[in-house]
Amino acid sequence: MAEHYDVLVVGAGPAGLAAADAAAGHGARVGLLDAQATLGGQVWRRDVRAEAPRMARHAFHAVERRTNIARFTQTQIVAATDKELLVEQAAQARTLRYDKLVLACGARELLLPFPGWTLPGVFGAGGAQALIKQGWPIAGKRVVIAGSGPLLLAVAATLRKHGASIAAICEQASAKQLAAFAGALWRWPQKAAQALVLRATLTGVPYHAAAFVRAAHGDARLRSVEVQIGENLVRIECDHLAVGYGLVPNVELAQLLGCALTRNGSHPHVEVDDDQRTSIANVYAAGEVCGIGGRDSARIEGAIAGHAAVGATQAAQALRSAQRHARRFSALLETRFTLDARIRELATDDTIVCRCEDVTWSALRDFGDARAAKLQTRCGMGACQGRICGTALAELGRFPRGGPRPPIFPARLATLAEADFASTPN
Amino acid sequence: MNTTAKPVCLHVDGVAVEAPVGASVAAAIAQVTLRFGRRPGGGARAPLCGMGVCFECRVRIDGIDHQRACMTIVREGMRVETAMEPAHG
Ligand SMILES: Cc1cc2nc3c(=O)[nH]c(=O)nc-3n(C[C@H](O)[C@H](O)[C@H](O)COP(=O)(O)OP(=O)(O)OC[C@H]3O[C@@H](n4cnc5c(N)ncnc54)[C@H](O)[C@@H]3O)c2cc1C
Ligand code: FES
Repeated sequence: MAEHYDVLVVGAGPAGLAAADAAAGHGARVGLLDAQATLGGQVWRRDVRAEAPRMARHAFHAVERRTNIARFTQTQIVAATDKELLVEQAAQARTLRYDKLVLACGARELLLPFPGWTLPGVFGAGGAQALIKQGWPIAGKRVVIAGSGPLLLAVAATLRKHGASIAAICEQASAKQLAAFAGALWRWPQKAAQALVLRATLTGVPYHAAAFVRAAHGDARLRSVEVQIGENLVRIECDHLAVGYGLVPNVELAQLLGCALTRNGSHPHVEVDDDQRTSIANVYAAGEVCGIGGRDSARIEGAIAGHAAVGATQAAQALRSAQRHARRFSALLETRFTLDARIRELATDDTIVCRCEDVTWSALRDFGDARAAKLQTRCGMGACQGRICGTALAELGRFPRGGPRPPIFPARLATLAEADFASTPN
Repeated sequence: MNTTAKPVCLHVDGVAVEAPVGASVAAAIAQVTLRFGRRPGGGARAPLCGMGVCFECRVRIDGIDHQRACMTIVREGMRVETAMEPAHG
């Protein structure tokens, strides 16, 4: 028997938590599901050795105290239609029916290939933060943090708190870009305050602008990185490299449902109207899936989507101006952290691009589109289903990103055999 | 906050390790090795994204292959094996 929900929310980050709380506040029967083991999404990922921030605790409590919100953690979506989701949990597959769906799937990191990036010890920047919050031993280790965007500072602060020694932070944006970013922050006092706190936590850590990692070196594991700092090439010894070039929206589920997407640069995000409604009438989207904007726009948009999904249009509209203000931060992020073109040219002939299938840059040279490359080289056919290499290749200007086919994550055969879920729109 | 709770004991490649309550299997493995498996070309494979996207952290947990170590929480008595063969080739 399929269970039925008035509103199903996918993703339990700031956006999804706010959506579930808002919809449930009007009495709706809500289901909140996430692939992770705990609520919180990226920014509020639980730290096993520290207490959650106050704002996060409030958000968790708001959802946990409501008896009309069913929480499904460690739940993976396998297939989706505009009426139901087929999901997989540890021991079982189940079908969840819905009237309204809120997509709050967040974002992942933009990870780009460079020589040595497959060495053990190299992580994404947010990736390192996530691993360490969940107990990865980091005390006493030397870490280089590199890439782009405000996330780098948050990552450095988390790592330092857990006893890592930060050898350097390398931000690819120029000092001029950074100054312009910092100069505009006063419009978001909370973010400006966060930035000040972060800077204070990081006194004594070498911070380089216009700096990027060219290569990672080591044998069985990472030993050092080669960093371009302005005109100089510098080698820094380290145990770990945490490198990420910003965030890209997780649009796969929206794409599978047939929601219209907009492309801003190389990566698509979900298109929504003033009520956070997508091009599919009963599907809403909120937070990073609608474009990278950070925690505050995610929270506000989540609440708007939750209200709107149950027809509480006034409550939704009351949040519009706050949402517009928070969203202006997206534009600032986009213009102030544009990538140095040299970062797109770091991969050499033998650099692995598709990590699942060990497909090198040179093996992809002769292909004009992702489909042909996939058939000949298996690029993008591995377990991650092109989430890493497909996104990277789109950023590098090689192939535009294609759409996903179900299952959107590798699933058990038994789950796929669920008879009433044979077809999906696309 | 679980800092005072008794740690969880599990086995990684036969080695007994302790991890904080709520820790990921990836964190427990990291106490023993950085090599989570082999790449199709034979090189070492290790976690990258930390959030369930890249599948580079997949290992065998209690006899079941291809479990993402970064998405799985440690449980008392769990048996984790990293010496998985590459998916193909
Ligand atoms: C690795 C990483 C670290 C970050 N760290 C910080 C930080 O320290 N500070 C900061 O201000 N910002 C950070 N950010 C930015 C962050 O994206 C936003 O601040 C905020 O978390 C966005 O909220 P959200 O609700 O839109 O999405 P998220 O918080 O990303 O939440 C989305 C949730 O949806 C779940 N999900 C997605 N697709 C599915 C699916 N198909 N099935 C089931 N569940 C699904 C994910 O597991 C995730 O829990 C980080 C981002 C990333 C990617
Ligand atoms: S580290 Fe990427 S899926 Fe686990």
